[in-house]
Amino acid sequence: MTKVIKLRVNGETHRLDTDPDAPLLQILRNDLGLKAAKFGCGLEQCGACKVLIDGQAVPSCATPVSAVGDAEITTLEGLGTPADLHPLQRAFIAEQAAQCGYCSAGLIIAAKALLDDNPHPTRRDICRALDVHICRCGTHNRIICAIQRAAQEIAL
Amino acid sequence: MSIDSLIRFDTDGQVILKVAHVEIGQGILTAIAQIAAEELDVDFARIRVERADTERTPIASTTGSNSIQTAGSAFRQAAADARHLLLAKAAAALEVPVENLAITDGTISDGNNHTTYWALQGGQLFGETEPNIGQPKSPTDYTLVGQSLPRLDLPAKIAGTPSFVHDLELPDMVHGRVIRPPTYAATLATFDEGPAADLPGVLAIICDGSFIGVLAEREEQAEKAAAALRQSARWHPAPLPSSDTLYTDLLAKPSQDFLVVDGVPQDGPVPPIKAPPSAVQTLDATYYRPYHMHAALGPAAAAALWQDDHLKVWSHTQGAYPLRGSLASALGLADEQVRVLHCEGPGCYGHNGADDVALDAALLAHALPGRPVLLKWSRADEHAWEAYGSAMVVKTQASLDVVGQICDWNHDVWSYTHSGRPRPIDGASNLLAARYLADPLPPPTPSPGKGSHGGIHRNADPLYAFARRRVVKHFVPNSPLRTSALRGLGAFANVFAIESFMDELAYAAAADPVEFRLRHLEDPRARAVIEAAATEANWRSGVRGNGRGRGQGLGFAQYKNAKCYVAVVFTVAVDTASGQIHLENAAIAGDAGQIVNPDGLANQLEGGVLQAASWTLKEQVQYGPDGITSRDWETYSVLHFAEIPPVLVKLLDQPGSPSLGSGEAAQGPTPAAIANAVFDAAGVRLRQMPFTPERVGAALREL
Repeated sequence: MTKVIKLRVNGETHRLDTDPDAPLLQILRNDLGLKAAKFGCGLEQCGACKVLIDGQAVPSCATPVSAVGDAEITTLEGLGTPADLHPLQRAFIAEQAAQCGYCSAGLIIAAKALLDDNPHPTRRDICRALDVHICRCGTHNRIICAIQRAAQEIAL
Repeated sequence: MSIDSLIRFDTDGQVILKVAHVEIGQGILTAIAQIAAEELDVDFARIRVERADTERTPIASTTGSNSIQTAGSAFRQAAADARHLLLAKAAAALEVPVENLAITDGTISDGNNHTTYWALQGGQLFGETEPNIGQPKSPTDYTLVGQSLPRLDLPAKIAGTPSFVHDLELPDMVHGRVIRPPTYAATLATFDEGPAADLPGVLAIICDGSFIGVLAEREEQAEKAAAALRQSARWHPAPLPSSDTLYTDLLAKPSQDFLVVDGVPQDGPVPPIKAPPSAVQTLDATYYRPYHMHAALGPAAAAALWQDDHLKVWSHTQGAYPLRGSLASALGLADEQVRVLHCEGPGCYGHNGADDVALDAALLAHALPGRPVLLKWSRADEHAWEAYGSAMVVKTQASLDVVGQICDWNHDVWSYTHSGRPRPIDGASNLLAARYLADPLPPPTPSPGKGSHGGIHRNADPLYAFARRRVVKHFVPNSPLRTSALRGLGAFANVFAIESFMDELAYAAAADPVEFRLRHLEDPRARAVIEAAATEANWRSGVRGNGRGRGQGLGFAQYKNAKCYVAVVFTVAVDTASGQIHLENAAIAGDAGQIVNPDGLANQLEGGVLQAASWTLKEQVQYGPDGITSRDWETYSVLHFAEIPPVLVKLLDQPGSPSLGSGEAAQGPTPAAIANAVFDAAGVRLRQMPFTPERVGAALREL
């Protein structure tokens, strides 16, 4: 059974006739064409699918689209565009903080939520905030450096 | 290779490289672009890379840390040839001698008149040219090679623009899912299409033997239908053995045994172990690694489209051509009827499910010709059905003479195959779904590789100068689990054993482990990386094993005794109450010959060390009668951010010497460095991975 659902994403309002049980991740990717958030596990164990919902970084793989309500969703595409990247995105490129890049979107979203809450995180703060995230390529240290670099840039 | 097969000049100032080697997060496209731009004297920004496509790019596979050597050399020569020919063309066009011409960013000038590569060659083929007509630059003239240029592919990925096969949007695309049996050999007894067929959006249910799949208009519809089908399917069970007995099972099975000489397995009898008369002290030890997963962060995916008996596949395979041949062979097609286009995927670290999912997608898409099918595996599919890195057992025995020199060395390694990559085979297939069809193609019977530093015996032959050595490969054909190439292959366990045992021998000889290694090592580059890693780590010299809870350990190897040299020093703290190992920091030294991109090389080495640390401390594929029980990130746990040590990388550049592949070079030294550091910290010797707190605790209680 489908249902008309209103969704606020990256500042725009969308009305979608969809299965209310469909995972938010699939709606973002397949209906709205926002491919940044990735499917990793569907079990909220890896962080690849994180988006901001009212500023909180949450996994979108197991969140039914109908559960979002009026909340404001921000995906990586909403943080910056290729022509106008967010400081976190610039820092990830400056530190070459990726190998395959499959975990990057979820990590940048989690880092955004962290910096909004704690503008000057220590290595320990960052590791704690990202601990649910998996990077299989082993670029963790570069990611930590990128977040610290972005924090400095944002503070200036 | 011909220039045309690799390089093309378009008409608007770009150079197009046709790269058949694939980007898997290792930065190969950027490195090749640097090499080509260097030889051509064009700005790096003019390079555009065309991805592997069996209709457009040459035959190649991305395996064995070979790309920088094979593709790098091919592009270097082709670019030098192109530059030479274009200079000659320019000389003719401008009516001046070649010696008077200089090239700046593709513009060729004698100071007065000028032309460009694109004016001379834009849109045209070179045709047949004299091989090696161009002389590649001297490394002393390099301006781009050797620079840490940023990766070409990262901006798109960091901006979140579609970059992966999972992100494909093709016109009229539908979504597929597959349903697998509970265990490898289980067969379908009954299943009921009914409940799934009635669900909204379902377009086709495919059941061929024990292969089941479903197609739906939308992804969530395909998932719901797959769940219903999974529930209705009943299987004839075929229990697996238990992972509790994996090593006794491995050692109890009949094996084919080969003496390995200079890294190459020999036919003929294997000599027995016999300590020489000069031996005053003889030690032996046995080391174990379990099955490990590639465990890519994104489950495998592929798209497939059938049109007029032709199949088009979008895949994150490491080898577009071998996949094309395997698909053609499994589907009864000619190679020409199949086109494979490479599309990036999550880091794979070897042969994972990327190829298998392509056959799945092709089988489903056949039910709906003209409509492309995007098929994604689930997390459980990925964990349970990929081909794992094989479990291995290594038994070592060595003797010290009166001056503390190793006078005899024995290394016996038991393993299942590490070679299960797809290739066209008559009557068999390495692609997973083929074995479940009503007209099945079983997996081929594995056979022992005889090549230099092949899978099981990769790095089994130590680089050290020993008076005598006996290295034996025991190939065991029948693995209970599906196995294939995982980053480093056999080198992971072989180097773990060699480098742990070197530490055990150093302790027996009352020697500093670094000094002990150096006294057995003649290769100056090997010595240099060990010394560099020790320096970076502030190595505390002396006999090890008395670190009082905190310790340092070193591991070293030259990958395949022919590629990148790596030494790693780990500093760890061992919590004797909990048995927990804390990785405090790691220092890596690497020598990969002439460095193309220092930051890219550092990224490979530090990533390799951290991934191998995760294998070492945490990872093991668990299984039992009901099948694989490691089916998610909780039942197959990996290293998380809070457990990651800072890593320092020291690169030893060798300008003018060949570039050496580095992607797998850090895997082997890592577990040994950690085990040796734990011995230094706590006086316990860990010989079985993973080094869980329970295992460390048990070893501490035995002290």
